[in-house]
Amino acid sequence: MSRAVVTGIGVVAPSGLSTEEHWRSTLAGDLHVSCHDGMLVGQVPGFAGEDHVDPRLIIQTDRWTWMSLAATRMALEDAKYDPAAHDPYLTGVVLASGSGGNEFGQREIQALWSRGRTAVTAYQSIAWFYAASAGQTSILHGTKGPSSVLVSEGAGGLDSLGAARRTIRRGTPAVIAGGTEAPLSPYALVCQSTSGLLSTSLDPRAGYKPFDADANGWVPAEGGAVLVVEDAEAAAERGVQQVYGEIAGYAATHDAYHPEDPPPDCRHLVRAMRKALADAAVTPDEVGFVVADGAGTPALDALEAHAIREVFGRPVPVTAPQGFVGRLCSGGAALTVATALLALRDGIVPAVGNLSRPGHDLDLVREPRRIDTDLALVNARGFGGFNSSVVLRRAREEGVHHGR
Amino acid sequence: MTRRTVVTGVGVVAPGGANRREFWEMLTAGRTATRRITFFDPTQFRSQIAAECDFDPYRAGLTAREVHRNDRFTQFALVAADEAVAESGLVLDAVDGERLAVSIGSAVGATTRLEDEYVTVSDHGREWYVDERYASRFLYQALVPSSAATELACRFGAHGPAAVVSTGCTSGLDAVGYGHHLIEDGDADVVIAGAADAPISPISMACFDAIRATSARNDDPEHASRPFDATRDGFVMGEGAAVLVLEEFEHARRRGAEIFCELAGFANRCNAFHMTGLRPDGVEMAEAITHALDQARLDPTAVDYVNAHGSGTKQNDRHETAAFKRSLGQHAYEVPVSSIKSMVGHSLGAIGAIELAACVLALRYGVIPPTANLENPDPECDLDYVPKNAREQHLDAVLSVGSGFGGFQSAVVLRRWSR
Repeated sequence: MSRAVVTGIGVVAPSGLSTEEHWRSTLAGDLHVSCHDGMLVGQVPGFAGEDHVDPRLIIQTDRWTWMSLAATRMALEDAKYDPAAHDPYLTGVVLASGSGGNEFGQREIQALWSRGRTAVTAYQSIAWFYAASAGQTSILHGTKGPSSVLVSEGAGGLDSLGAARRTIRRGTPAVIAGGTEAPLSPYALVCQSTSGLLSTSLDPRAGYKPFDADANGWVPAEGGAVLVVEDAEAAAERGVQQVYGEIAGYAATHDAYHPEDPPPDCRHLVRAMRKALADAAVTPDEVGFVVADGAGTPALDALEAHAIREVFGRPVPVTAPQGFVGRLCSGGAALTVATALLALRDGIVPAVGNLSRPGHDLDLVREPRRIDTDLALVNARGFGGFNSSVVLRRAREEGVHHGR
Repeated sequence: MTRRTVVTGVGVVAPGGANRREFWEMLTAGRTATRRITFFDPTQFRSQIAAECDFDPYRAGLTAREVHRNDRFTQFALVAADEAVAESGLVLDAVDGERLAVSIGSAVGATTRLEDEYVTVSDHGREWYVDERYASRFLYQALVPSSAATELACRFGAHGPAAVVSTGCTSGLDAVGYGHHLIEDGDADVVIAGAADAPISPISMACFDAIRATSARNDDPEHASRPFDATRDGFVMGEGAAVLVLEEFEHARRRGAEIFCELAGFANRCNAFHMTGLRPDGVEMAEAITHALDQARLDPTAVDYVNAHGSGTKQNDRHETAAFKRSLGQHAYEVPVSSIKSMVGHSLGAIGAIELAACVLALRYGVIPPTANLENPDPECDLDYVPKNAREQHLDAVLSVGSGFGGFQSAVVLRRWSR
């Protein structure tokens, strides 16, 4: 079966407006959560759509799409992949979106209810629906291959990579994958707060604290990552000099317990992890570190800690750098994969974000740690019971160099 | 060995048809369910008509709690899935939950609830900084479209992969296609696959008004959805859901399931042209059709019926007429083509699944549903669109296509089952 490798990464995140800026900041352990209108959030500082997107397109699209288009351009440049130089049917776009064009939608509904239907713009019909970013990406870059959008809340980023690999195996050699999210407009924040899972702290240090004894919920954040995923042979054929790693294994399960309550045990998260490992044909012992979902609520953290112990049966190093930036919904898992690939590349694993008092029986990475390994496991869960796991393998030496 | 996907259950909630039987009776009678909007006062809108479901979630079997925590689109999905699963004869206790998956499509998810609650928390749009105290407890749960997959997974004990596929108006075909891939690739043996949308709300009507995509034939709602007719003036909004039980053939055979048909091919492409515009040549849709037929190992001439996207906008009808000619050649002029949107309207992401349900039933009963309201064909639409009256015809292979905002083009091929 063909192998799917990541050849380009683009990052738009609270931790940076480029892959390397994000990586430097993550290793430095900078906290990017701040208090905004009486709530903790993770904003992308200095991100302006105009800096990244054509003004004609700006007015037709939401902030979430601007971030997606910006990250896509970076990823394509990083991969030195120009879709226009290839048969248009040989590039697909498979993104994740958890909440669509929040700010745009709120503005238009407000216009309708305060000023009537003629105040609604022509672009509402194309700006807020979940497929807007994928459609705009396809149009901007002229890609005509199989494309899709997956909605599984926080698990979406991994599901998009799983679907990208599936698309590659079915004959489309290059796929733009990952996702972004921009859920910090007022109505979107209200919606999220009704989940009862957000931190209500106003002190950034006391807010989102994955695996901490004082974990008290997560902090919503914006941004994400877009990855260029390619068939390994096709990438080699076009002379790719940089491969970050391979999406070696993927699996998704659902708790299917109850729509209102978390499951009583972690068995379906365990299953997702084991199936992803089996899919990659590796044993837990070969995996050098885990990037956890790290939901940051006591119950969800306990379930994941239990699952990791059960799968590994040894103190495997566990990190959750998203504690530095907040939870980016569908963009989060895509960003986590980017981080894990950089950790594999440089042989250094970043610390759990914002961890003060480790609260679980895990080998939590407290300071960036040198770990020279070929394999990492990434977990992501989505609200309601989605569990997804991905196994990443460092690029093999086949006349192809690691990233950078 | 190749794993093949068969359809073993069908459930429908559609305008004018609260279940599969009523839906099929309506389609074959050529009745339309389009009417003046009753959900709210539509007077301010350019298009004041829609195909509404007369849907009572309690009579359909949902509990107060389920109704309270779910948007209407998820309620539709649950009811359609109940029917599909019951009909498939699946004994859930005997199915390996880890091999049971969910793949649901939706273009706009919980728009209705999103708008209703916004009106409350913003004091009718007066406040940008909305007031959290007025938000209902289940708001987030109701709004995230992934809840539709969660609800179905919990209801049927599906511990396999669960996904919501959201590609605008091709969501229904793409979600069923994704389910088909899960089976082919060995990730699941049974997939509860379909789509739901409930977009008849003020903001949806306003946004399609703004681009004049919807019909303004307000004085004659029953005849407003007129695909391929020279006097058509846009699509008529609809709502609903359809769910198919997809099953790996050996799994279905072992339990002695009744097999409706095979899902033999699926392909999707993008036009990379415009978010709402379509090139008149239909090249990308033709490409999707050709690939779906290749997977099914069918010659274009083997297609017995084409279920068109047929939205009733001028550019769509010409676009896909060209796509059929390009992909099917001379056979395009011989094969019957029809659009059930003429009767049930255009329910955005849901319609692809509803149309597939119609195709499954057409294969089973040997009846082609008509294109209602087709009196005077647009001269540029010169195929056999099965005007007004259903047609009895033995069918072995059926093609269903969809086209959506964002440039998505999808095609699914269903075939009478044979080894």
